[in-house]
Amino acid sequence: MPVEILYSIRNLDVEYHTRGGDVRAVDSVSFDIRRGEILGLVGESACGKSTLGKALMRLHRKPASIVGGQLHFDGRDLMALTEDEMRTVRGGEIGMVFQDPMTSLNPVQRIIEHLTETILAHEPNTSKKEARLRAGKLAEKLGIRAERLNEYPHQMSGGMRQRVMISLALALRAKLVIADEPTTSLDVIVEAKFLDLLRELRQEFDLTILLITHNIGVVAEVSDRVAVMYAARLVEIGDVGSIFANPKHPYTRGLLHSVPNITLGDIELYKMEGAPPSLLRPPTGCRFHPRCPDVMAICKRKNPPLQKIGSDNQVACWLYGKEGDA
Amino acid sequence: MTSSAQPSPRKDLVRLEHVTKHFPVQSGFLASLLNKGHIPAVHAVDDVNFTIRQGEVFGLAGESGSGKSTVGRLTLRLHDPTSGHVFFDGTDLNQLNAEEMRRMRARMQLVFQDPLASLNPRMTIGQAILHPVTIHMSDISKAEQRRCVLNILTAVGMNPPESFYDLFPHQISGGQRQRIVLARALVTNPELIVADEPIAMADVSVRTLLLDLMMNLKKEFDLTYLFITHDLATAKYICHRIGIMYLGKLMEVGDLQDVYSRPLHPYTQALLAAVPVPDPKKRRTQELPMGEIPNPIDPPSGCRFHPRCTIAKKICSQEEPVMRELLPQHIVACHFAEQFK
Repeated sequence: MPVEILYSIRNLDVEYHTRGGDVRAVDSVSFDIRRGEILGLVGESACGKSTLGKALMRLHRKPASIVGGQLHFDGRDLMALTEDEMRTVRGGEIGMVFQDPMTSLNPVQRIIEHLTETILAHEPNTSKKEARLRAGKLAEKLGIRAERLNEYPHQMSGGMRQRVMISLALALRAKLVIADEPTTSLDVIVEAKFLDLLRELRQEFDLTILLITHNIGVVAEVSDRVAVMYAARLVEIGDVGSIFANPKHPYTRGLLHSVPNITLGDIELYKMEGAPPSLLRPPTGCRFHPRCPDVMAICKRKNPPLQKIGSDNQVACWLYGKEGDA
Repeated sequence: MTSSAQPSPRKDLVRLEHVTKHFPVQSGFLASLLNKGHIPAVHAVDDVNFTIRQGEVFGLAGESGSGKSTVGRLTLRLHDPTSGHVFFDGTDLNQLNAEEMRRMRARMQLVFQDPLASLNPRMTIGQAILHPVTIHMSDISKAEQRRCVLNILTAVGMNPPESFYDLFPHQISGGQRQRIVLARALVTNPELIVADEPIAMADVSVRTLLLDLMMNLKKEFDLTYLFITHDLATAKYICHRIGIMYLGKLMEVGDLQDVYSRPLHPYTQALLAAVPVPDPKKRRTQELPMGEIPNPIDPPSGCRFHPRCTIAKKICSQEEPVMRELLPQHIVACHFAEQFK
């Protein structure tokens, strides 16, 4: 199957302007989202993964801003669009699902109103009746029974609310859904079912999904490819099978080996020393070098570029670099 | 950090007998008139029985709303049970008066999920840890009290301790904050630690070190843990025995190895199957139970899991299953668990 790029991100920089100085939360990040894939974006808290997700929709307001880079989505340069044009892209072409559905839904609006309002706002020529009909059909596909559409968000469980969130994204036939920790507030059984739903929707709606999460198990369960972020930078990207079987970056390796696995016997978990750095004053060179078991002299001086490794993977580490002997 | 090293059989440190806790949803004269004397209540914990042996790590797992945190609080008598008894080292905690209970509290401590919320933002780390010392160890001198604090800071890996003494919680990292909370819990030399999701807020790369620290401290201070968690994968690495809760009921109790390798309750089976495995070659194929955890104000009749259970029969909605020891030390509350033996 030929690889088709839906979203191409190049050298993206996002900064927060704070009293303590400028914090670069996304630092020169480049990658592609392929049409039809589920791409998992993993990293620990404050590594910049959510900031990156919002930047892909140009959602940032002061004190954050995109300070550099190119965003090409489905043949269009998003950085060149006006704010009004951008509004049709948001929701219409790129949908977003957040971690906490309760704060994303209007507490005094019925579920059906959420859906019809979204449809009517983006497609004003649609009749109200038609919008209702469409909303009903969509909800059914997502496992929300018709009578529940007249309920308010607080009457629904966490899993149901998350289904409503994704139905809002699908109501406008978005091509890409950015899901930021969509299962983090859910219990395991509900989470597992939500992941099943994501897989089904991808088939049915020809959907592309960027799944942002800190949960390594969730990524292993549903993604086709995985991207790993550490301290605002992308350190490794590639297909999920090869990265889990053979992680190249020492951070990825450490991260994967420190996740408890319920199916394995008594295997010692990896103990990573230290904690992620503050982005206010990040380490020089490779940002992982103070915690890296394989650190070399060059790592402290120079930031390793993302380079191709294997057939379809990329890694940013001097262990595999041409200057690695320095 | 393995769960295979079983502690030698020792006395029961904690014993819960038919412990029930209902929280009334409304209270007061008007409410009782409106509801004709019957005030609806959240059935947070219903008739729970288990023991924690000295020196073991007893895990209590379940989804949100299962009542596991309430059991933790009942164990420390932070809640009084609606009925039933909690015994600590042979003493019925409900028989103690306030002063006796205060002295008993030095022997049991609680660690919460969110270390930032557990620490007073206007108290330095030193003051926070000193506080329980001044309450429970008031007979020793000020200098000795300070030395206690510094010693415990060293024990939780905050080196050198003097450099952290005057810092405020916001000046250290999340992982370090959880170490401080552990230090504060340990400074009075307790025997039991109730740890309620102690690592759920920490990042993956920090979790292992925290778990490791907890296990080292357990050895060093001869501790017993009640480890409350929703994360069955983490429980596997540290618990000796585990109890699975659902909607206020204990469904299954046993040695962790036994429960994980041969879960007897359909709910335990579903819960274990749903845990995402960090290996793309092992994607889940099992069917999962329908629906979600029901309302604890009006729990289902009979077995509380029956509306979602794949093997439920008529009896399950009529009769509540009792806890039965189907395999040695492996107890389950299900009418049809024999088939899984």
